Amino acid sequence: MADFYFNLPLWFRSLVQGLAVIAVIFPIAGMCSMAERKVSAWLQGRPGPNRALPFWFAWVPVVGPLLQRLGIFHVMADGGKMLFKEDSLPGHVNKFYFILAPIIAMMPALTTVTTVPFGAYFDVAGNVIPLGLARVDIGLLAVFAVSSLGVYSLILAGWASNSKYPFLGGVRASAQLISYELAMTLSVIPVFLWINAPGQPGTMSLARAVEFQSQPGLLGGAWFIFIMPVAALIFLVSLFAETNRHPFDMAEGEADLVGGFHTEYGAFKWGLFFVAEYSHMLIGSGVFTLLFLGGWNPLPWVTLSQLAVWLHVAQLPLVVGVLSIAIFLAKVLALIFFFMWVRWTVPRFRYDQVMEIGWKKLLPLAIANLIAYAIGIAVLQK
Amino acid sequence: MAIIPLERKPLTFVERTYLPGIASGLKTTFKHLFQPKVTMEYPEQRPAISPGYRGVPTLVKDPHGREKCVSCQLCEFVCPPKAIRITPGEVPADQTDRTHVEKAPQAFDIDMLRCIYCGLCQEVCPEEAIFLQNQYSMTGYSRAEMVNDKARLYELGGTLPDAHFKWDKKLVAEQHGNAH
Repeated sequence: MADFYFNLPLWFRSLVQGLAVIAVIFPIAGMCSMAERKVSAWLQGRPGPNRALPFWFAWVPVVGPLLQRLGIFHVMADGGKMLFKEDSLPGHVNKFYFILAPIIAMMPALTTVTTVPFGAYFDVAGNVIPLGLARVDIGLLAVFAVSSLGVYSLILAGWASNSKYPFLGGVRASAQLISYELAMTLSVIPVFLWINAPGQPGTMSLARAVEFQSQPGLLGGAWFIFIMPVAALIFLVSLFAETNRHPFDMAEGEADLVGGFHTEYGAFKWGLFFVAEYSHMLIGSGVFTLLFLGGWNPLPWVTLSQLAVWLHVAQLPLVVGVLSIAIFLAKVLALIFFFMWVRWTVPRFRYDQVMEIGWKKLLPLAIANLIAYAIGIAVLQK
Repeated sequence: MAIIPLERKPLTFVERTYLPGIASGLKTTFKHLFQPKVTMEYPEQRPAISPGYRGVPTLVKDPHGREKCVSCQLCEFVCPPKAIRITPGEVPADQTDRTHVEKAPQAFDIDMLRCIYCGLCQEVCPEEAIFLQNQYSMTGYSRAEMVNDKARLYELGGTLPDAHFKWDKKLVAEQHGNAH
């Protein structure tokens, strides 16, 4: 079976792998929208959506009612509604760009997946082989380069809608995303300064960052969030801003801008924006996990290889691979929960406050952090 | 009263980062995750109806199962949205103890699409025959279904205790040559 698979042409295997990853990302993004509704409800003292139950599932004893209470079937109901309702096109919009915008929103969201490793297994020699679609050395650089294209979809949607609120939303989104990209990029440079010790081939690979956090020893096994807490904080705050999440959801701002850039959108096109937002959150959380939370290592100072040895599965690459993906996904989903948790804790910033935090606080802090760590690393690695 | 000047301390550096504030906020919201839910899940759980609740207007009978309405049409005239429509008629001949009442409604319709649950009909009724009771959920698939006719009104209303038995007293007084 495995031999047959590996004898297939490379382009075909890449296609299958890519489709498999998309087939996982899409439902997770859908489930995230449900989780959002449920977590919001629980934080507000409500049970949340718990009514939908397909008749062919109603007779299943315990599991059926449990899934109903968890609102699992509302995902299908939501998706079905989004798919089948009339997809109206307002008369005053620029039709070509109006339709193009949600497509462009999806593209960077799904393209960045290729460079994010999401698990690992050990080969016969005991080397760690990261699982990912494209094992490219520019890793993080590719993620930053492609994900920043996502802002074009917001600008395009705001502009093509040809009405006031979407336009303001688009303008806000573009300014905000560009502002926080600087701080975000600067905050991760210390991580790669630390990884790329002098005399080694340079890399921006995310898998290498995880490998670096799986070394033995007190300093080697520590996740980067312990070594570089300020960088992690800047990255996290920028991540909230980059994904247009509360308290930085200026682009939507339903209190002052109706729906922001997606005011004129409905049905499936609106759904694509939504899925793209959650995909961005997933990728962003994934990158944060890889850089600062030790990737697929179960606990700080406990690496995946140690866990595999304890569970006596080190010789089974398939089991280790699934285990590593599960650990990675658990961390990512915990971060997604954190996103939702913060949403109901911190009120939305005013727009000038957003700009001030971005330019006057985070950017100088990121630069100072970079200089401090550059000096420290230069002294340590001399 | 003495004025006590309070010193407003400037925020410390840690406070100005807002991180401790956000952390304590996160703690508060996290506690809410595990607190009991306050939502009443309606069709399964029903709200407790407090006394004096103004629900759907109904017609009631006296403890002997006799009709109380005398078709005076005061409720029809007072009804602000004109939801009540009464067709007056004679007291049925088989009700021998009530022939002196003279009138009874032949038809009594309340259009629940018009009713505003104000309770003026109950207030104006000289016979204590119409009451807004506990029923609060009225649904139907057509406009016709939402009109409560006389039979339905008595079915909803049932029997309420009566302190006066006004028409019994009138009957006794009449028999003693002392009507009105």
